[in-house]
Amino acid sequence: MRRYFGRKLLIYGLTFFVAVTVNWMIPRFMPGDPVASMVARANVARPEAVEAMRAYYNNLFGFDQSLWQQYVNFWGALFQGDFGLSIWLFPTPVSDVILGAVPYTLALIIPSVLLSWVVGNQFGAYAARRKLLDNTVLPVGYVLTAMPYMWLALLLAWSLGVIGGVFPVAGGYSFSMRPHWSWTFVLDLLHHWTLPFLSLFLVALGGWAIGMRNMIIYELESDYSNYLSALGAPSRLIRRYAFRNAVLPQITGLALQLGVLVAGALVTEIVFAYPGLGSLILNAIKNKDFFLLQGSFLFIVLGVLIANFIIDIVYVVVDPRTRAGMAGAQA
Amino acid sequence: MTTLQEVAPRERAGVRREALYFAVRNGKLMTGLGIVLALLLLGMIGPLLVDAAPNQYGPQPMSPPSGEYWLGTTTFGQDIFAQFVHGLRSTFAVGVIGGGIAAVIGMVVGFVAGYLGGIVDEVLNMLTNIILVIPTLAVLLIINAYLGIRSVAVQGLFIGLTQWPWAARAIRAQTFSLRTREFVDLARMSGSGTGRIIAREVAPNMSSYLFMTFILLFGGSVLIASSLDFIGLGPTEGVSLGLMLQNSTQWSALQLGMWWWFVPPGAAITAIVGALYVANVGLDEVFNPKLRET
Repeated sequence: MRRYFGRKLLIYGLTFFVAVTVNWMIPRFMPGDPVASMVARANVARPEAVEAMRAYYNNLFGFDQSLWQQYVNFWGALFQGDFGLSIWLFPTPVSDVILGAVPYTLALIIPSVLLSWVVGNQFGAYAARRKLLDNTVLPVGYVLTAMPYMWLALLLAWSLGVIGGVFPVAGGYSFSMRPHWSWTFVLDLLHHWTLPFLSLFLVALGGWAIGMRNMIIYELESDYSNYLSALGAPSRLIRRYAFRNAVLPQITGLALQLGVLVAGALVTEIVFAYPGLGSLILNAIKNKDFFLLQGSFLFIVLGVLIANFIIDIVYVVVDPRTRAGMAGAQA
Repeated sequence: MTTLQEVAPRERAGVRREALYFAVRNGKLMTGLGIVLALLLLGMIGPLLVDAAPNQYGPQPMSPPSGEYWLGTTTFGQDIFAQFVHGLRSTFAVGVIGGGIAAVIGMVVGFVAGYLGGIVDEVLNMLTNIILVIPTLAVLLIINAYLGIRSVAVQGLFIGLTQWPWAARAIRAQTFSLRTREFVDLARMSGSGTGRIIAREVAPNMSSYLFMTFILLFGGSVLIASSLDFIGLGPTEGVSLGLMLQNSTQWSALQLGMWWWFVPPGAAITAIVGALYVANVGLDEVFNPKLRET
């Protein structure tokens, strides 16, 4: 087990290293001169922002220093939590801007991912090998997973928000309110949260249901299932064993899907103007706020790595083979 | 999932004829393929039929679908049907370029790692795992933001460069199970080189699997490209289905009730990707006798 975690941690450490390096490299090795074009583009904005930007660039890119020195400095700044200043919300530090948006994104992504995974697996497991249900779950599942996240979000906002008028279609809370702790505000938050949550939940649901259905069919064909049914075990029992085996690849699948799920959350937030990382990234791109963009990138990578590690721990708890040091999970 | 055919060496034409026999009788494959081909045809021929340039401003802004404008017009009077058919083209282009590049990289890495094994496998596997964990869209955001001029081809290229790891992993696992078979040993004993064995012995035995991997990569590329376009990092010139969605939200088509602006592009993406997935299931049944419905 120590070897399993050691290997995982090594991969995540290397991944973080690669991500930071990519983050450092792209502005330097892209064709063209990003510094000049960035400063030129930002000229329309406030003059003091431009001045700070140029000073920061000169400091950060440090063209008088060697590339190696620049790279070391970049890591140094990172460990001090220094991501630079946001241009869009000058002079707020990038880390503050991001930390203000992260709770909204997490509140959206964690419930929708977990719920869609649980419900999707149940649906899929139940539909497998049941003609009538299978014929409805499968096509609906395929349509749902094929949908671009923002399109379902747009459809929901249009039907339930604009036409139905049941839910608000923009913002994290009413514009007339200020964030504070009271029941009205919490209810308002929930009201605004429902539609983005629902669209994330629905798109992810389809994929899990299909995956689980296929896995259950595969498990029901295996030797132990046949043996159990030959012994006369009730089909409910066999299905329960099949489900337990089929859940393992689904856990791995959850880890593999994290990137896609985050991407989905970003575009869904943009549709609903939800004040999370997605809207932040949109504003960063509109305002050419590259520090904010790069900071968001590192935060997303970090979040995905942490989530991956949590899934690894869950896997060890769920699958006894990994604990016994037998082949079970591949690194 | 696995579709390795363990058939005795028959003459090639026979195998092909059998696959074709089951292919034309497979409802899923035919429906999926039909939808994709219909949309491809619309993307090919459509732009020739519409004389308006996709982004050209017109005299009648915000009009719903009518005989003159089949899918209505935008806030600026642009013909949505013209945008739609041009957008279909770029969507297919991104899918082919992104899916193709990812498939090629995935195949090279997967074959080499799976066939050679040992230290090469360790290194390539580590590389694959690292890139697999990094969220694709986040990397693409950074890269595209720093690109001054963005085109469909470059977008496809970067999508291909970031999307290959899971394909490499799957192909590696398949190659691993093939490399100890007798016919591979035989080829090795007869003195064939590594490249030749992979190309002549290993790859043909999993050609159906490779094709299905490409289809999934194609669908994935289309979805990622549409997300990128939607965030505002789409091609700087021209149209795509994702850009249409982005424009419609940016100019609040939602609040103005202009459903004809944002429904068609999303529906087309859903149709293409969904049809590909369904066709893939059909293909699986064609190649794998175990899965055929009895």
